[in-house]
Amino acid sequence: MSRDLGSSRLWPTEVWSRPWSLPRYRAGAMWLGGIAAGIVVIGAGVGELSLWGDRLLGLLGRFGLPPVAVAWIWVLVKLGCVLGVIVANGLWAVWWERKISAHIQSRFGPMYAGGFHGWAQTIFDTIKLLFKEDVTPAAADQPMHALAPIVAIAPCVMAFAPVLFGTELAAARLDMGVLYIFAFAGISVIGVVMAGWASGNKYSLLGGLRAAAQIVSYELPRGFSVVPVLMFAGSLDLAVIDRAQAGYWLGFIPRWFVFYPVVGQVSFLFFLIASVAETNRTPFDIPEAESELVAGFHTEFSGMKWSMFFLTEYGYVLLSSFLLAAFFLGGGAAPLPFLRFVPSWIWMTGKAMFMMFVFMWFRWTFPRLRVDQLMDFNWKFLLPWSFANIGLAGIMLWWMLR
Amino acid sequence: MFINMGPQHPSTHGVLRLGLTISGEVINKAVPDIGYLHRGTEKLMETRSYQQCVVLTDRWDYCSAMPNNLVFCLAAEKLMAVQAPPRAQALRVVMCELNRIASHLIFLGTYGIDIGALTPFLYAFREREMILDLYEMLCGARLTYNYIRIGGVAADLGEDWVAKCREFLEYFKPRIDEYDTLLSFNPIFLARTQGVGIIPRESAVAWGLSGPNLRGSGVDYDARKSEPYCGYEAYDFDVPLGQTGSCWDRYFCRVQEMRQSVRIVEAALARLAPGEIMAKGVPKIIKPPAGEAYAHVEASRGDLGIYLAADGGAAPYRLHVRAPSFLNLAILQEMLVGRKVADVIAVMGSLDIVLGEVDR
Repeated sequence: MSRDLGSSRLWPTEVWSRPWSLPRYRAGAMWLGGIAAGIVVIGAGVGELSLWGDRLLGLLGRFGLPPVAVAWIWVLVKLGCVLGVIVANGLWAVWWERKISAHIQSRFGPMYAGGFHGWAQTIFDTIKLLFKEDVTPAAADQPMHALAPIVAIAPCVMAFAPVLFGTELAAARLDMGVLYIFAFAGISVIGVVMAGWASGNKYSLLGGLRAAAQIVSYELPRGFSVVPVLMFAGSLDLAVIDRAQAGYWLGFIPRWFVFYPVVGQVSFLFFLIASVAETNRTPFDIPEAESELVAGFHTEFSGMKWSMFFLTEYGYVLLSSFLLAAFFLGGGAAPLPFLRFVPSWIWMTGKAMFMMFVFMWFRWTFPRLRVDQLMDFNWKFLLPWSFANIGLAGIMLWWMLR
Repeated sequence: MFINMGPQHPSTHGVLRLGLTISGEVINKAVPDIGYLHRGTEKLMETRSYQQCVVLTDRWDYCSAMPNNLVFCLAAEKLMAVQAPPRAQALRVVMCELNRIASHLIFLGTYGIDIGALTPFLYAFREREMILDLYEMLCGARLTYNYIRIGGVAADLGEDWVAKCREFLEYFKPRIDEYDTLLSFNPIFLARTQGVGIIPRESAVAWGLSGPNLRGSGVDYDARKSEPYCGYEAYDFDVPLGQTGSCWDRYFCRVQEMRQSVRIVEAALARLAPGEIMAKGVPKIIKPPAGEAYAHVEASRGDLGIYLAADGGAAPYRLHVRAPSFLNLAILQEMLVGRKVADVIAVMGSLDIVLGEVDR
C-alpha cells in the first residue's frame, strides 16, 4: 500500500537543487531589476522634488491671494503630503513586511489580492478594518480607550515635520529639528500607557507599563548616540547634517557619518538598536509580546482604533529609517560620484527603505529579550558606551580641527 | 494581582489554565488547572474491542501518535503472549523514531515562538511536513495513524518509501545544524533559557519527570536502554544528557535526540529484511486471558506506560495510562515561584506538554 501524493506537494529537496531553472525565479529577478531601473529612469526624469515644490509655491503666489492665505494653503499642502506619506507607508510597509517575512520563512505571503504578488492585500485589509465592529470592553474606561490611539498617532504625524525626504525636502525647516523629532516621538508612549490602563485588562496593563519603562529608558541612548553626529555636523538642523555628508574622500569614499572610523559605526549601531526598541519591534517587542501578554496594550482594541496603533508603529519605523538615512547614510548624497544624476529624494528613500528592511529582518530573525534583560542591556551597556563614544568623538573632532 | 493565563492564551499549548498570583512582574504563586480536554478515553476503552482501543490511543499525544499505538499494542501482546515479527518490529522502530523527530520539531518551532522567534517555527514545520507526507504515503493518515496494530503493523511499505525516507534523512541532517545557528546558540535565546527554570536532579526524580525533561537534569534514564522493546537493544545510539537542568538543557536534549533518532532510523532502514508484518495467530476478535500487564515505551515526551487488566472478555477490564505530560506538568507549580511573567512561557514551553495527553 503506497499512496501517490501527487505532483502538487513538492519537497524542498525537489526545488532547492534547481531554483534558477524555475521560470518563477527568473521572472522575479527580471521584475526586480525592471522596477529598480524604472525608478531610476523616472527619478532622473522628474528631478529634485524640492524644485517642484518651489515651482508650486510660485504658482500659488500668482493667484493674487494675500500672503497669509498662501502660507496657510502651503502648510495644508505640506501637511497633506506628510499624512499621505504616513498612510501610504502603512499600506506599503505591512505588505512589504508580509512579503519579507514570507520569503525569510520559505513561504510566499499574499499572492492573490490585486493580482500581482498580492499588492492590494493591505488595501483590502484596511477596508475590512474600517467595517469591523469597534468593541470597547465593559470594564474599559470609555473616553480614555477612545483617546489612546489618537494620543499615540498625533505625535507621530507631528514628528515628521522636519524629517528630510531628500536634500532640502522637508515639510518644515527647523533649527532644532533633531530635538523636535525626539521630543514628539517621546509623547506617543503616553497613548500606549493610556491604552494599557484604560482597557480594563491585566495583560494590557502589563504591556502598557512595560512600554512606558522601555521607551523612556531607550530614549536616552537613542539621543546620546546621535550626539557625535551633531558634533561633527555642528547643528541640530537636519538639512545641515545632510549637507555635511556631501562629498567624497579620495574621490570615491562617501563622507557619510557611518564611515567615520569607530565613532560612526558605534553611533549607527546604537541608534539602530535604540530605534528598534523605541518602535517596540522584536527583539524588543516586550510591550506586545504575543506569547506572554496575548497582544499587550492593544489586546482590547479592534477595527480602526487598532489600526491606528499599527499606523503609529509603522510610522515610527519609517521615521527611524529616514533618520538613520539622514544621520548616518549620507541623506540625499549618492554613494558614488557618477550616480549623482539620480535625484536626492530617490537616494534618501532608497536608504530609508533599506533600513526598514533591516528592521524587518531583525524582527523575523531574533527571539525576544526579557524585561529585566532589556533594561540591563540599556542601562549597563548602551548608555555607558554611548557616553564613551561621545568622548571618542570629541577627541576625533579635536584632532580634525587641530 | 491574579492573572488567568489560559485556557485561551497563545502560549499555553492547548487548553491549560495557569492561575498566577503576581506582584509586578514576579510570580508569587502558580497553580496549573487541567481538565479542559478530558475525553475519558480510559473509560471509553472499557467498552471497545482491543483493536478499536488503538484508535483511541492516537488521541492522547496527538503530536506523536505512533508510540501511543505502540504502547497499547505492546501491553495487549504481553497479555496474549504473541510477538510481532522482525520486520514489523523494525517498522515500529522507524515510525516511532520518525515521530519523535516530528514531535521534537513541533517543540522546537513552538518554543521558538514562545521565546519570540517566529521563523524557526516555519522551518520546523517544513521538515515535519515531509515526515507527515511519509506517513501519508504509508498509512493514509497524517496525524492519527492507527498504524501499529496488535501483533504487527497495519501495512507494509510502498515501493519508493525507503528511498523517500532516506532522501528526507539526508535533507534533514544539515537542517539540525541550521536550527543550532538560528536558535540554539543565539545569544538572546541563550539569555532567555540558560539558567532559567532549573530542575535539580533530585527534584526531577522526586516529581516523576521523564523523557528529555528528566535527561535535561542529567539523569540517565531512557526506557529504550533500560528496558528495550521492539529490538532497541540492537541499535547503537546515545542518550543525550543535559548539565544543569535549565530550559536550555531540556531544549538542547531534544535537538540532540533528533540527531540520534536519525541514526536509529538509518540503522533500522538498513536492517529492514523482507518478511511478515503481522504475527501468526492473532484472531479477529481478541480475547486475551484474564490477567494484568504493564508496558512502557520511551515516547517523544517521556516514559509512556500503560497498565492493562483483562478479564477474558473482548474489551479491556480496566486500563490506566501513565502519561508523561501529566507528570511533567505538575512540577510547574514549584518552578514558577519567584520568576518573571516572561519566564512562565519559557519554562512551560521547555516542558513540552501536550494537553491531549495530560487530560486524556
